[in-house]
This record gives sequence, C-alpha cells and structure tokens, in this order.
Amino acid sequence: MTDIIKLTAAEIAARIAAGELTAVEVTEAHLARIEAVDEKVHAFLHVDREGALAQARAVDAKRAAGEKLGPLAGVPLALKDIFTTEGIPTTVGSKILEGWIPPYDATLTKRLKDADVVILGKTNMDEFAMGSSTENSAYGPTGNPWDLTRIPGGSGGGSSAALASYEAPLAIGTDTGGSIRQPAAVTGTVGVKPTYGAVSRYGMVAFSSSLDQGGPCARTVLDAALLHEVIAGHDPLDSTSIDAPVPPVVEAARNGSVAGMRVGVVKQFSGEGYQAGVVQRFNESVELLKSLGAEIVELDCPSFDLALSAYYLIAPSECSSNLARFDAMRYGLRVGDDGTKSAEDVTALTREAGFGDEVKRRIILGTYALSSGYYDAYYGSAQKVRTLITRDFEKAFEQVDVIVSPTTPTTAFPIGERADDPMAMYLADLCTIPTNMAGNAAMSLPCGLAPEDGLPVGLQIIAPALKDDRLYKVGAAVEAAFVEKWGHPLLEEAPSL
Amino acid sequence: MTVIDLVSYEDALASYDPVMGLEVHVELGTKTKMFCGCSTELGAEPNSQTCPTCLGLPGSLPVVNAIGVESAVKIGLALNCEIAEWCRFARKNYFYPDMPKNFQTSQYDEPIAFNGYLDVQLEDGEIFRVEIERAHMEEDTGKSTHVGGATGRIHGASHSLLDYNRAGIPLIEIVTKPIEGAGERAPEVAKAYVAELREVIKALDVSEARMDKGQMRCDVNLSLRPNGTEKFGTRSETKNVNSLRSVERAARFEIQRHAAVLSSGGTIVQETRHFHEEDGSTTSGRIKDNAEDYRYFPEPDLVPVAPARAWVEELRAALPEMPRVRRNRLREEWGVSEHDMQSMLNAGAVDPIVATIAAGADAAGARKWWMGELARNANERGVALDELPVTPAQVARVVALVAAGDLNDKLARQVIEGVLAGEGDPDAVVEKRGLKVVSDEGALGAAVDEAIASNAAIAEKIRGGKVAAVGALVGAVMKTTRGQADAGRVKQLILERLGVEG
Repeated sequence: MTDIIKLTAAEIAARIAAGELTAVEVTEAHLARIEAVDEKVHAFLHVDREGALAQARAVDAKRAAGEKLGPLAGVPLALKDIFTTEGIPTTVGSKILEGWIPPYDATLTKRLKDADVVILGKTNMDEFAMGSSTENSAYGPTGNPWDLTRIPGGSGGGSSAALASYEAPLAIGTDTGGSIRQPAAVTGTVGVKPTYGAVSRYGMVAFSSSLDQGGPCARTVLDAALLHEVIAGHDPLDSTSIDAPVPPVVEAARNGSVAGMRVGVVKQFSGEGYQAGVVQRFNESVELLKSLGAEIVELDCPSFDLALSAYYLIAPSECSSNLARFDAMRYGLRVGDDGTKSAEDVTALTREAGFGDEVKRRIILGTYALSSGYYDAYYGSAQKVRTLITRDFEKAFEQVDVIVSPTTPTTAFPIGERADDPMAMYLADLCTIPTNMAGNAAMSLPCGLAPEDGLPVGLQIIAPALKDDRLYKVGAAVEAAFVEKWGHPLLEEAPSL
Repeated sequence: MTVIDLVSYEDALASYDPVMGLEVHVELGTKTKMFCGCSTELGAEPNSQTCPTCLGLPGSLPVVNAIGVESAVKIGLALNCEIAEWCRFARKNYFYPDMPKNFQTSQYDEPIAFNGYLDVQLEDGEIFRVEIERAHMEEDTGKSTHVGGATGRIHGASHSLLDYNRAGIPLIEIVTKPIEGAGERAPEVAKAYVAELREVIKALDVSEARMDKGQMRCDVNLSLRPNGTEKFGTRSETKNVNSLRSVERAARFEIQRHAAVLSSGGTIVQETRHFHEEDGSTTSGRIKDNAEDYRYFPEPDLVPVAPARAWVEELRAALPEMPRVRRNRLREEWGVSEHDMQSMLNAGAVDPIVATIAAGADAAGARKWWMGELARNANERGVALDELPVTPAQVARVVALVAAGDLNDKLARQVIEGVLAGEGDPDAVVEKRGLKVVSDEGALGAAVDEAIASNAAIAEKIRGGKVAAVGALVGAVMKTTRGQADAGRVKQLILERLGVEG
C-alpha cells in the first residue's frame, strides 16, 4: 500500500469513504510523521494530538453509522496560527499572545470542523503575518523541506513546509501581500488567494483588514479546490464577506483546460531582480500554455510599479490601528505588572517585550502615515494608487481571461540572508501584491526547479474578482501537463527528510 | 483647588459676546449593540453582556446594527438635516483601557446626517434657531471605576475596574454649528436646545434620553469675543454636563470665568473642563493644543452605509409630530399660557396629562392632578411623574368621580393617596376607605336640620339676608358628616330649608 502521508486529500477522502482507511489511521500516520520530522522542519507551533484523534474518531463513527461524509471528511489539515481555535492556543507567531486561549472559533475553523476536516495543529508564521520568510516568528524559523537551511516563504511558511514535508495533505494560509502564494512557490506546493471577501475573516487575527484573505494550500490543484469549497462562502459575521454563490472551483479543477483562453503576460512583472532560472521556468510555462491552446497577450499595467510602495503604506497604516488592542489589559502577555507601575507603563513594557522588530517597524510606519498633515500624502496617495491598480486590472481583463507571472522573483533564499534588509525582503512580494491591492484572485503552482539551485519555482495565475474558478481550470491544465512532462509531481524530487 | 476669579455675569456680557458649540451624545435604545448582538440592557452584572466583538478580541469583526442606522437617519431628519447618500465609518485611534480595540468606530468626514437646524422656544416664547453641523454614528466605550483615589478620577487611584457592558452601545453624536447671537441668553439657549433635543429624541422613540442615566450627555464648548468683533476666541470644552440645569450653569460659569481671564489681560487655554454639580463651577481637565491626533481613516472592516432615497423618504413621512409643534397645539387645545405649558414640560407632565385626557378626563382636571398632588408626591419620592404607581386611567377615574359629585376635592386627594399606597383602583380605595360623598338625602337632611337647630342665631341672620353666613352652617354639616358630604349640595339644602335664594 502507498504510504498514507503521500496520498492527496482527494485520495484520502475517497479511501475513508470506501472503508479502505479509517480517519484514525490517517491521522495517526500524519501525527507520526510530525513526530518524526517536525523537530527539523518546525512547521507547527502547536500540535493538537488529542483533538485531532477525537475528530478522526468522530468521522469513523459517522461512517460506521452510515452517515454521509463530506468530500474532505477525515482529511488532516495544518491550520495557520492566525485563526482562532476555541480552547487551543492562538499566537499569530507573536509573544504578545503567548498563552492566549481563544474563547471562540473563527468562522473558517468552524467550517473545517463542520466538514469533518481533522485539524492537526497550528502552523508557524511570521509574527502577525508580517514577513516573507517566517523568520519573523517569535517562536523560531521554519525550514524549507527542500533545503532546511532555506526559508519556506512567509508569512505562511509553517503551512507550506507542513505540505512539502508530508506532515499534512492540506493547510490553511492567509494572504495579505503574498503570504499564501510565495510560500507555495518556494516549497513546490499549491496556494490560492481567493477573491477578497470569499473566505470569512471572522476569527482571523487582523494584519491589514482591507488586504487580508484566507485561502487553501495543498499539494495539488484539485485538493486546493476541494478545500476552497469548504472554507468559502458568505458569513454574516464578516461585513466584507461576499454574499454570492462560491464559484464552481472543484468542477473547474476536474476539467482543466486552457484551449481558446486568452492569457496575459504583464510587462511590469519582469526585469531587474528576477533570478535567471525563475525567468526560464516562467517562459517555459508560457510556451506550455501556448502549446495547450492558449493565446498569449502582452499587457502593460504601469501602476503595478507603484504597488509595493503603496502596499507598504496601506498595510502598516491598517496594522497600526489593528494592533492597538494589544495593550496587556484583557488578554495575552502582561509584563511589569508588579503593583508599582501605571497601566501605561505596563502596556509599554509589554509591547516592548511582546512585539518583534518587524511588527514595531510597521506600527511606527503606519502611525506616521496616518498622522494629520501626512495622511493625504501617504495613506491618501496610496489609496489612489490602489484605484489605479484596480483599473489596470480591469483594462487587462477586458483583453484576457487570466494573467500569468512568476509568483516570486527568486527561489527560496537562505535563512538569515535578508533578515536585516527589510527592503530586500519586501521584494519577494513584488508580483503578488497587486492582486491584494485590487482584491482579485490568484494561485501559485509549481512550474519546475531553477537549474542553478534546484529549488522550486512558482507560476502565478491571476483571475478577475469572483472568477476564482478560472484559476483552477488553468491551474489543473498546467499541472497535468507538467506532471506528464516530469513523469511525477515535482515534490517527489525533494530530498527525503 | 485653586480659587477661580469670576466677574459678574452682567459685567462679562457688557464687554464680551459668547459663542457656543454643543455636542450631545445620545445612547440609542436599540436592543443590541452597534456592532454585535450583545444586549444593551442597563444594570447587568459587569462584563456579562460582552462577546469577542465588543471585547475587541483578536480576530473579531463588527457588523452594523440596522436599527442603529435607522435611528440615526430619523434623528437626522427630525433635525432638518441632509442625509448622506453614501458614507463610511471611520476609526478614531486613541488609547484608553475602557476602549477594547483602542480605537473607536465612529464617523469622521462622512457623517450620516449634516447641515440641519433645530428651532427652540425660549421661556418668553421667542424662537431661536440652532444650526446643526452634523449627527453621526459611533459606539460607546466601556466604563472605568477608579478605586482608592480621593476624587474617583484615575489620578491617585490604586487600581481600576473595567466594565465592558457599555462598550459598543450605539451612540449618536449631534454637533451644533457655532451658536452666535444669543448674547446674554446664551446659557438659556443652551439649556433650551438640550431640552428640545431631548424631547425630539423621545418623540422619535429612539432613546429614553434620560440624562440622569447617562443616556444623553452634553459637552458645552464656549468662547468669548469682544463685543462687536467677528473672530472667535479660544474655547474651553466642558465635558459631561449631565442635566439641563447644569448645561445652563456651566455656560454661565464659563462666560464669567473667560471674561475674568480676558479682562485681566490673560489668555484662555484650549482645554477640557470638568463640571462640578455641587457649586456649578468647572475645573481644568486636559490641555488640547491641537497636537491630539486621532489618525482617522475609513474603517476597513465595514462596508459603506448607503441609505436608499426611497427609504429615507419613507422614514421622513413616518416622523411623529415634532415636540414644539405638538406643545403649541396642546397649549391651544388646553387653553393655557406659555408659562404654564413650560411648567408642565419641565415637570414631565405633558405626556401623563395627554394620556389622562385620552382616558376620558377634561384638560383642566387632568392638569390639576398631575401638576398638583402628583407632582408634589413625585418630588417627595424623588422620582419622575411617569414613575409614580398611578396610571393616567386611574387619575381620569378620580376626575370623573369628582365631576359626578361622588367625591369632593378633599376625598379625591385621599383616593389618590390610597392609589399611590397600592390600595388598588380609585373605586376600590373609595370602597375600602368608605370615602364616598354622603349623598343619602335623608341622612344629609337630618344633619342639615340639626345644624340649623343648634345654630339658631346664624340661621336667623341668613333668613335676614346675610347669605354669606351660610358657610358656618355648611362647616357644621361637613363636621358631622366627617367631610364626606358634597359642600355645594349642603349649601343648597340649607338655603332651601331657610327659604332663601342662593
């Protein structure tokens, strides 16, 4: 029998439904894998062994009772530690929430539980999702399973590493500027940032409210689609959630095709800073799309050049307000409360100890950008850029069905290489940020290894808002063609841990 | 406490012209909070009416209360405002432990209602128009109780207790444009405005607007400029002035204080001031040097509010009669003076009187009880008129019994007393206490005969034409009947017996 941990989510669900595997067996196999490799990978901040097994037993009991099981019933999942989980620690990768046990489940958590998905535990991340390497976690970095001395991407490096190390077949990420797609790209996995508002943000600890979006992470396009369908949908608790039917993502993933589609290539997603091997694999992907029957259209989106700068005004501005609540009064860390200090001093000491450098940097930047006298020049201008980006996308999608680009300009860089150079770190999100600014949907999927370092390269597919199904239709076609070409999924080329 | 120099009110007005700005916060009477489903009921166990959203827990999100928006639109319409076609909430960022998110979800440059006015009637009947700048929606904060300090303020306290039950209760903040031209009547205008606004809010049924319960709170901003000049002076902001009388006193005090500072060559510091109920004074709060920066930006967790025009017109058409119009109508219907009407309004008697008339009483009768016996009783108990344990229907019944001659005034007062003491409806009290007027003609006739017989000299005088002397005989009859006779009927009987025309 094939090793359980190498199975896709779709296969696991099918075998559980058919009685060939029990959910408990599947869960135990993954818990054993975590036990065996996570000391090296450090994908998880918290493993909920008992909770996972209890969920698995419940699935087996349901099946035994003849109840109908959902399409992902019994499939284990690694949950980014940014979603609240009732009774299970939620740290957001920060010391300031160390020890906090949320009294409520995020809507996404609830949906996973309702779908009988088995939550193995909470995954590592850059503190408050701020970063592109997971090095900003207060609980230590995560290794990239392709090379443990390299970063697994970020902020959702724990989730991507859990997939690439076969600790879980499914994971959840959140994407504010690329935090699902860039980790997927550098670990050879699949990650989708759905249309803004597709997945409820209720219970997802906010970084930048107008950009944050939860989404599915998996090793195959179909698995991502199955997960997408479970977590997406209107939520009355999130005012910004879309009140419309979820696009037919699973159907699209089962019927991959690009024949007759117009695929855009944006001029601005190229040039200086792109690694040669990344460009090579991207160009090959474009050729592949052509060979599959797509028409390639060159696009000019000039505002995209401003996206990174505008992003680093909007996201810090919103975060400076969102993170104001961490004041040591009601929950989480409290430092210096010895009965002699004022509330203000305790708040200051707690923040000094509880927030990392990158978080402090962004709070300070955002506070400044929102200050009276600077608001128009910074936050105001950034919002105008945002409008321009949205218009560029609108114009582009009049000409094409989807846009493709490299997901990130380079492959996984060594841990520590950019830790002291925020600007270099920010460049990792160059190609992913415009999508967040406009609120539309995008996917990253593997398109080969860069010849110079043998590390995975990601292909980004971008679709208009509410047309998330196009990502899966195109993604499934590309994935099938590559797997056929390589003879196996890319991840099989990763060294064994 | 430093002694504050004041100049007399008259001297202040001789040199200076006051300009006021009034900011009133109204807590809406919605069942649930502005952005979550928690109850807004007052008086619950601290922190029992909270959830992740109103506690600002990580990950929580707000959802707008539709009734809150509707109430805001109604208030805007009643204040003759324009209603925004599209507006957003904004975050007002500042730190305070009783504010769970350390920002208040409010509105900034896009208020839901703006550019209106409220006409208020002063005591002499003059109408003064107060222009409204805006009315916007926001949420209340939690409540801090500072323990261990002498003043109840945070300074000097050993610790503070936080109750978040109030956090997230919907507030409407109503801000006037600068109120100019009120001159010496500025304090009166301030009071009349807040009073009228309270009546409007109550008429709309969007809040009970009880100032003593903090459901309506007023900040009085005031500055002086030399008479005949245009440019506004530096203002002070007296916070949380929480009764009508206090609004008037605070404005008056600040006029006198500002004048003292200015006329001695000093400058007014832009600051907040605390108001003291005991002596009507204000003391310095925190300095506002314009360095305060709330870093407002549009609330990204909420979608814009876009009240449909048709809906706004529906709400406009359904607005109740405005209080000033209604008062004038009632004043004419009841045939009373401005002054009497004002007294009834101040006593909170208008609605009970209307209800009593609706229950069948005549206007004079209803007014007599609510403004007399009942007002005195409410005052003694320290409660509002409508909190007395008597219903308008019961008062109407007493009026009816008096009109039918079944009760005289003295007995009727005893009946009211019995109702207030919880002895039941007026008829039950009459029954239990045996208070019915003696109308048994036989018994009454015997008492009259007895009185005439034992007061022969007086009877003779009456027969001789001194009808005024009849009072003594009536008094004697009332005495023997222990007051339970109808004095008018007694007089009539005596005169009949003595063969004299009344």
